[in-house]
Amino acid sequence: MNVLSGDPPRGRALQILLILIILALAAAPFLFPGARALNVASKICVMILLVASYDLLLGYTGIVSFAHVMFFGVGAYGVGLALYGMGASWGALALGLVAALALSLALALAIGLFSLRVQSISFAMVTLAVAYAFNVLASQLSWLTGGEDGRSFKVPEVLQPGFRLVEGKVFGVALNGRLITYYLVLVVVAAAFLVLLRIVNSPFGRVLQAIRENPFRAEALGYRTVFHRTLATCISASGATLAGALSALWLRYVGPDTALSFSIQVDVLVMVVVGGMGSLYGAILGAALFVFAESYLQAVMGALSQAAAEASLPLLPALFHPDRWLMWLGLAFVLAVYFAPTGIVGALKPSGAKAN
Amino acid sequence: MSAVDAGGALPRRSMEILPALTPVVVALVAAPFIGSLSTFVTLTAAGLAMGMMIFTMASGLTLVFGMMDVLNFGHGAFIALGAYAATLVLLPLANWSSADSVSLNLAVFLLAVIVAALMCGVFGWVFERLIVKPVYGQHLKQILATIGGSIIAEQLLYALFGPAQIPLALPKTFEGSLIVGEAAIEKYRVLATLVGLVVFAGEMLILNRTKIGLLIRAGVENREMVEALGYRVDRLFVGVFMAGSALAGLGGAMMAFYRGQVHATIGGEFLVLCFIVIIIGGLGSVGGSFVASILVALIANYAGFLAPKLALVSNILAMVAVLLWRPRGLYPVSGR
Repeated sequence: MNVLSGDPPRGRALQILLILIILALAAAPFLFPGARALNVASKICVMILLVASYDLLLGYTGIVSFAHVMFFGVGAYGVGLALYGMGASWGALALGLVAALALSLALALAIGLFSLRVQSISFAMVTLAVAYAFNVLASQLSWLTGGEDGRSFKVPEVLQPGFRLVEGKVFGVALNGRLITYYLVLVVVAAAFLVLLRIVNSPFGRVLQAIRENPFRAEALGYRTVFHRTLATCISASGATLAGALSALWLRYVGPDTALSFSIQVDVLVMVVVGGMGSLYGAILGAALFVFAESYLQAVMGALSQAAAEASLPLLPALFHPDRWLMWLGLAFVLAVYFAPTGIVGALKPSGAKAN
Repeated sequence: MSAVDAGGALPRRSMEILPALTPVVVALVAAPFIGSLSTFVTLTAAGLAMGMMIFTMASGLTLVFGMMDVLNFGHGAFIALGAYAATLVLLPLANWSSADSVSLNLAVFLLAVIVAALMCGVFGWVFERLIVKPVYGQHLKQILATIGGSIIAEQLLYALFGPAQIPLALPKTFEGSLIVGEAAIEKYRVLATLVGLVVFAGEMLILNRTKIGLLIRAGVENREMVEALGYRVDRLFVGVFMAGSALAGLGGAMMAFYRGQVHATIGGEFLVLCFIVIIIGGLGSVGGSFVASILVALIANYAGFLAPKLALVSNILAMVAVLLWRPRGLYPVSGR
């Protein structure tokens, strides 16, 4: 399995689950027609890339960064503002993406070189502070970013909803620009995921895992840990930037809430930990589960809350209120940290198989 | 980290004076640019008050980190809880607050902040037992577990108090401003500065003049040695965690009065500021966080007046500048 870089998912249950998710994503426009289902599917795709690139940092290298959503935002704003300012052309899209990648790399390099050499714990705090400042900056520089309102923009013609690849319908689905956008997102995410898989299974990836397990020893073996950590930060930042660009392309809108909000960072953390740290396949499971829960769990909770209210139980209606769904995922998150540090992937791995 | 450091630090260290003077230097540098004296006095007073409130929150965080090596990302939840706790006192006692009597006004204010501190202390105990205790000594898991804890706590706050902002009026006595010369200083800022100074003095007295303080300082320097001498460091830990949480609640309640409204987002906002402050001050150093709080607040206020756009990132710039000068903060704690 060269495509998977010799690291296929282990365990029958895990394989079946992954194949089901990937098939569902690949055929989503035909299996689940409707704008809402396609939104959920594309969000899952974007999140898979975002979470997988974060896992490179958190799960493989053992670095906690809170600036990941900032790089996501850089990608989204880069593409969004380029398309907004220069009109809907592929050139503007490419320019925006390149500029965003350059900015992300510069930021990641600066943060990494500045704080990774001090203490890993200060890296967590510094990234949190920088990401916060970036968020405030983006919502204040309204002449450039549109402030809190963000910017809506037009995408290249082929990707617009009005565009038809062929007249008529195929399997009852119109082949319009949204469908093309969805498959563009899916293909880019799949390619980037395979590249990440290649990276973590390369000698470089092994060094990252060595640093995670015992940084002192890795250094004693002659690896320059600051260099490796900084490079990991840069790769991870590029992945997040790409994810941000795709997200902006799909939403045709960019604003602080969808691109920079700290709650996205928390969501990504939850997805990585619940899916499984230190395994890129965990990103697929975590993202699919989380986005699915976010989109559909609320209805279930609403019903529970209603039932509790009718039985006039104290407090329970408030706890099961649909807006409180994040609390239950937070609970799952804490339990996963304590009892299942390798998340769903670890739980589904056949017993006896060695964790990598 | 290194044995040489600890050995050199054994005799009484003379306190370096230069880092403590940085806020004064900043004020002196900023003064000519601001021009008018009354504006300068107003800005400085506001900065001091803000600094004291930030210090109250940040000192709890730095104490817990210094003592227990736990970086508590759930600290923001305690700040928010303190703010909500103040409304629990103030809303039922609204007639005390609006009464035309200084003593009743002061009583309701003190009652509110004390209740906030107590509630956060108790909640801190629960948090330490449930969330932090299982992951002592593992930084990565600590960060994750405390973040998870803060997600749950924040959502619980929304569930209990509702997602809307709650208005919180200042007691009548503390509304309005004092006029000193030509400068106007809000009365509440004077009160906040006083409370902050009392907290600082109290912490310094407890840390430097009592047996408990001696044990805490010893625990920061070398935990194993204190355990070897037969002290129950784990119980001390719980106490420090509760105290740190109580300080967060106290600061959160004071900030809620200052803002005039309560919302759970206050937690995340000030958690970031607390991190910046304790990095600048030196992780684990209470004195350092005192200086750093004032420094950060003054810079933010001056920058907000002179170059409003710059003010947004002034905290980060201040942190970068200080770390370039002293990579481990203004007052590095040995043994870290």
